[in-house]
Amino acid sequence: MTCTEFLAMLDDLIDDSVSREMRADLQEHLQGCEHCEVTLNTTRKTIQIYRSHEIYEMPAGLRDRLHKAIMERCKKGC
Amino acid sequence: MKQTRTTPVTCRRISRSFLFGGNPHFPGWLQSFTLRRDGISLRPDVEFRDQSPMATIQPIANENEQHPDVALVERVRGGDISAYDELVRKYDRQVFRIAQHITQNREDAEDVMQDAFLKAYEKLDQFQGNSKFYTWLVRIAVNESLMRLRKRRTGKMVSIDEDIDTEEGSVPRDLADWAPDPEQNYSQSELAEILRKTIQGLPPGFRVVFALRDVEGLSTEETAETLGLSVPAVKSRLLRARLQLRERLSRYFKRKKGPKGRGVKSDVH
Repeated sequence: MTCTEFLAMLDDLIDDSVSREMRADLQEHLQGCEHCEVTLNTTRKTIQIYRSHEIYEMPAGLRDRLHKAIMERCKKGC
Repeated sequence: MKQTRTTPVTCRRISRSFLFGGNPHFPGWLQSFTLRRDGISLRPDVEFRDQSPMATIQPIANENEQHPDVALVERVRGGDISAYDELVRKYDRQVFRIAQHITQNREDAEDVMQDAFLKAYEKLDQFQGNSKFYTWLVRIAVNESLMRLRKRRTGKMVSIDEDIDTEEGSVPRDLADWAPDPEQNYSQSELAEILRKTIQGLPPGFRVVFALRDVEGLSTEETAETLGLSVPAVKSRLLRARLQLRERLSRYFKRKKGPKGRGVKSDVH
């Protein structure tokens, strides 16, 4: 397996949607290729960081204000 | 009267959002299973954990089982506006976040959130229940966000197909490994700024796919349906979005060079 072929399967590997045979091939490539190992690990980390950190958090005041506005308008008939 | 989350309810099926706080991030294999405990009265979040050793994991027996949102939608259709309030509170953070990801503008995101929920309420009769209420709502929010983006860029067409002719990130160039727990080197506010700045640099068509698929936890198929894209198109954009973000974050997170630094061979095959 080449690095290009590995890269084409990177998302499927990360999303755990590869067959057992394909997984074995990918693992075999990883054992001999530090470059792909780094790419895999840091891509996984990228996703994990974005999932675990709230970068666009709504202030509680804004949430309440918007809720009120939405409910008021809906009560009048949207 | 407002129903609290601790009111005991009888659940035949425990939903993903119930188990994972409405933002399901868990391995793909788990998506094909559901937890079932017939006939046992549960209090969400509390009783389930207390009795978890009794729970068993079984494959979904009936794909047609009703999502909890369907009952809320039915109550709204019957004139119970408090049920819509429940739906709003359940999904407002996600809708706001998606709007921010697309518009990259706080005021626009606030407007999108309000408009999306109002539009969803107006069009509730059109909701067929073939898709989940959440993905239906997200589709409305994405469309509203793109409209806002167009208004900002007056006269310029904006679509999720924009700016996708880029090869950036397709082939990883920065091969340096990252420091262990690299986010520890930054304060929460510094890290949030780095993450915002980094994703802001992606083309909108990549940004929205990454946000829906990886941040909000939609499946590839749901993302494709929501954006009106093919599954291969979503997969292609997701890979490139992930690689571009990885490449850009490497500037901040890569391991500092030093005697203990880990060199990476560059023998790309």
